[in-house]
Amino acid sequence: MLGLMLKETARLLSEGKVSAAELCAACVARARQVQQLNVFITETYDTAQKQAAESAQRHREGRRLHVLDGIPVTIKDAFSTAGVRTTCASRILRDYIPPYSATMVQRLVDRGAVSLGKTNMDEFAMGCGSVDSLFGPVRNPWRYNFTTTTTTTTNKHTRAIRDSSQDSKGKNMQMRTMHHHHVTSTEDSDWFITGGSSGGSAVAVATGICKAALGSDTGGSVRNPASYCGVVGLKPTYGLLSRHGLIPLVNSLDVPGIFTRCVDDAAIVLGALAGHDPWDSTTVPDAFHPFSLPEDIDVTHLHVGIPKEYHAPHLSEETLHTWREVADMFEDAGAKVSQVSLPHTPYSIVCYSVLCAAEVASNMARYDGLEFGHRGSDESSTEALYAQTRHEGFNDVVRGRILAGNYFLLKRHYDHYFIQAQRIRRLIADDFKTVFDSGVDILLTPTTLSPAWPYSWFVKADNRTRTEQEDVFTQPVNLAGIPAVNVPVALSEAGLPIGLQLIGPSFQERTLLAAAKWVEQQVNFPHLQLPEP
Amino acid sequence: AKMAATARKICAVRVFLTSRRSVCTCNMLYANAKAKKDYARALPGDWQGRVGLEIHAQISSNSKLFSGSQVQFSAPPNTLVSPFDASLPGTLPVLNRQCVEAGVLTALALNCHINRRSLFDRKHYFYADLPAGYQITQQRLPLAVNGHLTFDVYDERTSQRQVLKSCQVRLKQLQLEQDSGKSLHDQENGEVLVDLNRAGVALMEIVTEPDMVDGTEAAAMVKELQLILQALGTCDGNMSEGSMRVDANISVNRRGEEMGTRAEVKNIGSIKFVQKAIEYEMQRQIELLEGAGEVEEETRYFDWKSGKTISLRDKEQRHDYRYMPEPNLPPLILYTYTSAPGGAGNTVVNIDRIREQMPELPAATRHRLVQEYNIPFQHSVALVGEGLVEYFENVVDVKGKGRDPRSAASWVLTDLLEQLHKRSLTFQECPVTASKLGEIVDLVTMGAVSTSTGKKILSLLFDGDNRSLSQIIEDNQWAQIRDEETLGRICDEVLESHPELVEAYGKGNKKVVNRLMGEVQKVTNKCADPSITSRLLREKLEGQ
Repeated sequence: MLGLMLKETARLLSEGKVSAAELCAACVARARQVQQLNVFITETYDTAQKQAAESAQRHREGRRLHVLDGIPVTIKDAFSTAGVRTTCASRILRDYIPPYSATMVQRLVDRGAVSLGKTNMDEFAMGCGSVDSLFGPVRNPWRYNFTTTTTTTTNKHTRAIRDSSQDSKGKNMQMRTMHHHHVTSTEDSDWFITGGSSGGSAVAVATGICKAALGSDTGGSVRNPASYCGVVGLKPTYGLLSRHGLIPLVNSLDVPGIFTRCVDDAAIVLGALAGHDPWDSTTVPDAFHPFSLPEDIDVTHLHVGIPKEYHAPHLSEETLHTWREVADMFEDAGAKVSQVSLPHTPYSIVCYSVLCAAEVASNMARYDGLEFGHRGSDESSTEALYAQTRHEGFNDVVRGRILAGNYFLLKRHYDHYFIQAQRIRRLIADDFKTVFDSGVDILLTPTTLSPAWPYSWFVKADNRTRTEQEDVFTQPVNLAGIPAVNVPVALSEAGLPIGLQLIGPSFQERTLLAAAKWVEQQVNFPHLQLPEP
Repeated sequence: AKMAATARKICAVRVFLTSRRSVCTCNMLYANAKAKKDYARALPGDWQGRVGLEIHAQISSNSKLFSGSQVQFSAPPNTLVSPFDASLPGTLPVLNRQCVEAGVLTALALNCHINRRSLFDRKHYFYADLPAGYQITQQRLPLAVNGHLTFDVYDERTSQRQVLKSCQVRLKQLQLEQDSGKSLHDQENGEVLVDLNRAGVALMEIVTEPDMVDGTEAAAMVKELQLILQALGTCDGNMSEGSMRVDANISVNRRGEEMGTRAEVKNIGSIKFVQKAIEYEMQRQIELLEGAGEVEEETRYFDWKSGKTISLRDKEQRHDYRYMPEPNLPPLILYTYTSAPGGAGNTVVNIDRIREQMPELPAATRHRLVQEYNIPFQHSVALVGEGLVEYFENVVDVKGKGRDPRSAASWVLTDLLEQLHKRSLTFQECPVTASKLGEIVDLVTMGAVSTSTGKKILSLLFDGDNRSLSQIIEDNQWAQIRDEETLGRICDEVLESHPELVEAYGKGNKKVVNRLMGEVQKVTNKCADPSITSRLLREKLEGQ
């Protein structure tokens, strides 16, 4: 049951072969089985079981709300959930309980989906490893040694982190300035990172805790962990899915993303979530027509572009090989495959860092401890209170981006940084447009430079360095606002997933996902198998 | 969903006084304005002043600029706060069309060029009553630019209110932006209390060029703008409630020299204070410069108690607001009949349609009143200035009775306003309807009661007397005595008891008639018809 796809599960539910309550119980058992992966920040098993019972009742009475009715899902802790704390993995929101739900969450709830909890992530989605969380790093289930001893260690470890944040000021400072300190012993760090920032959601889907999960993708935060965890990760067109209630990283780049085990499932969830939202003025007003994908996909009329700039330095041999193989597959099946150029790609990551920092500086200004969230104790002056609140509340990655962003936005720097970055952004968007206007239907690229890194290696460099490396293939898509999807393709020699990215023109999710499904059909990716709990 | 009270105590640091909540005196009748006001107080020597204004006008709308929260003055603290207004994470702005339309209508009335495409920006600064840490405003490309406003400066030294000069001020721009919340500084406990009811309420910021030369001009400009906004219904113009706030940029220079360094006086809370603050500030700057000092480019506030402007010594004065585009709002596109997308007629803002709804503006009203009713220009100025035009027109023509406009104007401008001022009532609170006042005017015109009795009746009505007018007259025996026989008898009695006056008259002192008149009114409780009494007295005196 836990290995089944969403579509199959929905069929079993509707046929009464399995009940939503049984399914939910199995998923909770699986979640407990893999607890040491640190998937959740907040578990909502109790409400999930209640929702599942209600769903089961509806199924019995033939009143199924939607294909998602009774389907277990998880939600990245960046989405506001009414009555359930929403932390963004940050101390500043550690005890924050929103009074409203994000539109994406509400649409899932309205369709009967059962939410098991809020998943772990990098603090405020700033990161690409899911290692920079107040609640400790998320661990990749692939090649992970599940042992009973680790279970205890992990539990202790997690608790230790939670406790440390409540400790005296001195300790906090230390924790805040050395953001990698929550790595425990070296023997415990022999595992792989999940990618990020939506690592918890990716793992939840990969391990079968849920059939679908919500993530958010600003520079690759859905596609990157999808690639490392061997699941499908869809970043839809900007404006197709509502951001209302999604705690922003970069408003002009953020897109709610979808994790599923297969492409068909992603199309189902997309159909449930997409469409205009009056609460988000940047959603497109046109009605979205949900679609399902055919089984027989004809790629003979498909024009696949291979951007030459994506032959980046440090691209691993295995990933390059996988990329070539899939390109050849397309060609062998009769698709037109040609090399294309996106000439401004090399400038993309710099542009991204400037725009990201600038918006972060602005978006984070509201965390002053007055209306909500953590508040410091220094009441000697309002400024002192702000300073202490924000120093304690944010990790050094967040603080670093705020500092940089404010620097870029200063009047004397604005033109040199922000305006320049916006110009480059336009050029990058135009690069994609030119290629698509020339007749290319989709682009095929790697999602990441290599398979997942060992945690011990990954944390040797700081967040900024890693983000620049990791987001290289993913963030240009966000700058252009176009849709992209990670498809798991193969396992590396080390037994880790390798994913490829397909990129399409704006609002061409159908074409994009059809091509993705075709790839999925060809490669027969070996999904993660875990023993039944 | 409204948020529960979010008011939380925070510590005070920047505790400073604001003059915001001063008593508004701007509604004083022109005639009552201080007669000693020396308009002509020119700057000494060859100094000349420059004033530019930034006026924040709160848009009269049901809900806030970017959220569905209700807008209401003096609601209990933090009861009109949506998640967006409190800047809860993940909330997004949704532009209120009603506010855009109000902005467009105002911009049209101010002869602005309307930008078909305008943009929203974030202006950053940390302040306890600014929950997001930034204000959404229109810095790069505002709703409207390049307007102008024409206004007259009246001589308020006399009740004649002659037009001293006509001025025109150029308007640089009109932009839409959010208001902040309110901080209440509790100095005793060293706390700041924050009320977010006002946070996110829509403002129009109207920025003028430095085209005014002194406080009088600036005050007249603000008054005219206030009347225009009230005529449009886009802002109630109520400065005492802060729905209109004025910042003045003031500088002085010697004739022939470049403009001086300007100081900004923020948050001036009444029209009278606009004038006073500017006059004080110019004087201060001149004294500084004549004493070889320098004017600092700084932010000051007007302390209405002392009549002085005082430096805020605010660290924010050279604040870098780190403007950036508001990424959550697409460009605001306005349409005309020719450019409006088909089928979307009701969902877009159409400039042409708004222009058709333009009401009569104050300047036009003043002219029309003179033309249509043949009343003196200063009466039309006063009627427009006091917002009494509709009332006046109703008095003149309640149900087609066609009363004498001059007498109606006099009743409205003198007697009605006197009652209002005496009771510190605003016109909106006036308990006497136009038709009731009309009835009094009728009684006086017909001679049923004297003018002074009419005023007494009006006063009773203000006191809440709800008897019919005839009942009041009967109960008080106020009916005017016009019967010659009765009056003749009273006159005889008065003449009899004042032989010395009769004698004086006989010796040629004709003025004693007035004293005798007074005696008759005393006896009749001011109910004797003055013209008949006067005639009878003369006849009797001459006849003797």
